[in-house]
Amino acid sequence: MLAEIALFPKTASTIAGDIDSLYFFIIGVTVAISTVTALVLVYFTIRYHRKRPDEVPKPIHGSLALELTWTLIPLVIVLIMFGWSVKLYFRILVAPEDAVEIYVTGRQWMWKVQHPEGQREILGYLPSSVEGVPDPGSEMHVPVGVPVKLILTSEDVIHSFYVPDFRLKQDAVPGRYTTLWFQATKPGRYRMFCAEYCGTNHSKMGGWIVAQEQSEFQQWLSSKADRSLALKGRAQFLKQQCISCHTGDADARAPVLEGIYNQKRQMADGSTVIADEAYLRESIVNPRARIAAGFQPIMPPYQGQLSEEELLELIAYLKSLKRGDIPPRNEETPPPAVKPDALPEPNKP
Amino acid sequence: MSTVAYSPPKAEPIPVAGDYGPETRVDYINCAWGVRSWLLTVDHKRIALLYLFAITAMFFLGGAFAVLIRIELLTPKSDLFEPDTYNRMFTMHGIVMTFFFLIPGVPSVLGNFLLPIMLGAKDLAFPKLNLASWYIYILGCLLTLAGIIWGGIDTGWTFYTPYSTRSAHTSVMPVAVGVLVLGFSSILTALNFIVTTHTMRAPGLTWFKLPLFVWSSYATSLVVMLGTPVITTTLVLVAVERFAGVGIFDPKAGGDPVLFQHLFWFYSHPAVYIMILPAMGVISELVTAFSRKTIFGYQFVAFASMAIAVFGFLVWGHHMFVSGQSPYASTIFSLISYVVAIPSAVKVFNWTATLYKGSISWATPMLYAIGFIGLFTIGGLTGLVLASPPVDVHVTDTYFVVAHFHYVMVGGTIMAYMGGLHYWWPKMTGRMYPEGWAKAAALLVFFGFNLTFFPQFLVGYAGMNRRYASYVDEFQVLNVLSTAGASILGFGFLLPFGYFGWSLRYAKAAGPNPWGATGLEWTTESPPPPHNFEVTPTVTLPPYEYATHN
Ligand SMILES: [Cu+2]
Ligand SMILES: [Cu+2]
Repeated sequence: MLAEIALFPKTASTIAGDIDSLYFFIIGVTVAISTVTALVLVYFTIRYHRKRPDEVPKPIHGSLALELTWTLIPLVIVLIMFGWSVKLYFRILVAPEDAVEIYVTGRQWMWKVQHPEGQREILGYLPSSVEGVPDPGSEMHVPVGVPVKLILTSEDVIHSFYVPDFRLKQDAVPGRYTTLWFQATKPGRYRMFCAEYCGTNHSKMGGWIVAQEQSEFQQWLSSKADRSLALKGRAQFLKQQCISCHTGDADARAPVLEGIYNQKRQMADGSTVIADEAYLRESIVNPRARIAAGFQPIMPPYQGQLSEEELLELIAYLKSLKRGDIPPRNEETPPPAVKPDALPEPNKP
Repeated sequence: MSTVAYSPPKAEPIPVAGDYGPETRVDYINCAWGVRSWLLTVDHKRIALLYLFAITAMFFLGGAFAVLIRIELLTPKSDLFEPDTYNRMFTMHGIVMTFFFLIPGVPSVLGNFLLPIMLGAKDLAFPKLNLASWYIYILGCLLTLAGIIWGGIDTGWTFYTPYSTRSAHTSVMPVAVGVLVLGFSSILTALNFIVTTHTMRAPGLTWFKLPLFVWSSYATSLVVMLGTPVITTTLVLVAVERFAGVGIFDPKAGGDPVLFQHLFWFYSHPAVYIMILPAMGVISELVTAFSRKTIFGYQFVAFASMAIAVFGFLVWGHHMFVSGQSPYASTIFSLISYVVAIPSAVKVFNWTATLYKGSISWATPMLYAIGFIGLFTIGGLTGLVLASPPVDVHVTDTYFVVAHFHYVMVGGTIMAYMGGLHYWWPKMTGRMYPEGWAKAAALLVFFGFNLTFFPQFLVGYAGMNRRYASYVDEFQVLNVLSTAGASILGFGFLLPFGYFGWSLRYAKAAGPNPWGATGLEWTTESPPPPHNFEVTPTVTLPPYEYATHN
């Protein structure tokens, strides 16, 4: 029953050890200060215990030198903590360019995982889950030794994607994308939890991160071949009639989308934005929030008309678009054969 | 009265009953009888007792939820309650304890009783408003209790949207309205305290002669006045979204869920200081009285209260490092959170220095004060872990946070409240409490508390999430320790309930100044006469002048 006792999480990501170091520094200072304070407190209490009922000690009103000492020294200490924290924080925030991307959508009480190559996994409280622990088949595969970037959102309330052994978590917020990146260091199974309270089965909305060597991971990816996310997005692009306006011609009514991902875009109001996932999402769901320079606000909002999955498919497609990729209006060419890194072939009309 | 220099009592223990003759004196308790005389009173001392009853009831209600939570968490599986029931349990524990005990506790019981007396005044500036705020508090309690009985609420005390605006199976509204109504009670009390402190100080009682309890009550009142309207507005917006379907926080309707968190924490972080500042004021009184020393660095302690009140408004974003808020905002919030730790540290060092070469009594209130300093230090310093964004990413929403804020709230606020209650009990009731029992209870609370919450730091860093009805097997040992501690802690809180009741009838009479303490409240009778002083006192000395006769 009490087989395993966890007193400390495993160290399984590149950042985990560094977070532990900072943690131990802060805890070390904490323990030192509270021990000294407690010892002094107890010493005074015993040493100066009242000896006679009418005893009155000499007053001491204070000391500017002491006040300055115990204001400035702690100030320096906390500023060191702050500086160290900021340095580490920006490492957590900025994902490397070449990270493997995985889309994760939370909903009460499961996580739907979409690999761009088409594989789908589900973590969390499944009908087959037994009491207490998540289904053992509740797994999400990631490669070891390369950066992995999760693009998170939620279909209903706020959830939070948390892997203690990686020391990382990030809220999944409905209506927007947030990201979390990590690099697993050792193959293994690591627990994953939902950390933001989300209702009845919040405590069961978790599972296992299965970290695999890259070759093994590639094998797993291709073993369960499905249509890639971008390919599905291409079908969606045609179905939703996006193609009517986003024709790819320079004089079209809507911007050219080829190669748009992560480019700097000029807006009508003079500002610029980077066309990341968040911007692409907003441009589909609520296109009038920001108008690209040189275009009219004529696109209808797709708020509520596309599921989170369909949105992810569309965005994966947009991200995959290279120059000349826009398919012709009358779909005749069959989709290309599925490969693990499959992207639609360019179609020259 | 305070012009007379301090002279220490000649003997301990405390004089016995009878030394004060038969009960012929008129005091605020025996001046009128019957339920009406209590429910319609405008005497701040009687209103303080009304609050004491209501708040004690809410404390035991919140405590009962805590007991049930700890019993459920003895085992990893959710076996005692359904997860839905468990979720209601921790929500109601949080709401009752935060809004109905910790926020009003020290100000409305000890503050109401003591503030006018410490100022040498006959009452608060607006006595009727004071009674009104008690009724508003009761109304808030009733609305919340109605919500608990009729459907319950499972949103967590933080009411995060869109969960709180969507979930249909809970009665969010009566509870939210209860909390909203309660806000008005806090605002009225704060207004009363501010006006009273400005206008009703006794002749000679200048700002820098004020006891530190008055300073910290004043700082708290400012925070209440500035912060509470924000939570009121936020709860109104939640109601508008739930009923009118206007999209404010729900992205499905075009709202922004993170906006709610900004608004909520803009109030609720300062609320942490609403809960801890009055407690710090109590500790300043206890440390000086039981060491017979003036406070070390009076002005630094007083200004630390004001600094905490101001900076406390600028750190709310440290609750949101993983919410997706701008990383630059997170960086600024982190910096200010680190800086706000300094005035708290300054207070701890000054209290400790006050004891140096003092004449230290080991009476129960002092045990609570020493417990407070130790536990609050741990609570405050673990806050430095949470102020660091990268470490917070790992520990936020885990039991590490639960342990941290219980060290501050229970180890801090409740220890100070209990210490203050023991210290001023003779003044409030005219009777001493039984010292032996009280010491035993204080020790039980201290050890029970540490056994309950220390393991939670470990299990939190190991990765156990808060608000989990069931958890993975690896965490069980630490949870069993925690539950064992909680049962000791619960017993430690029940004891005073018994012996305080006993003392009302059977204990020794206290006399005006059983502790040999300075302060205007100790110059009048115990219990005080209806208008506090027979003659309006004139103040010439700073507070805590124990050695002027030398
Ligand atoms: Cu959850
Ligand atoms: Cu805070």
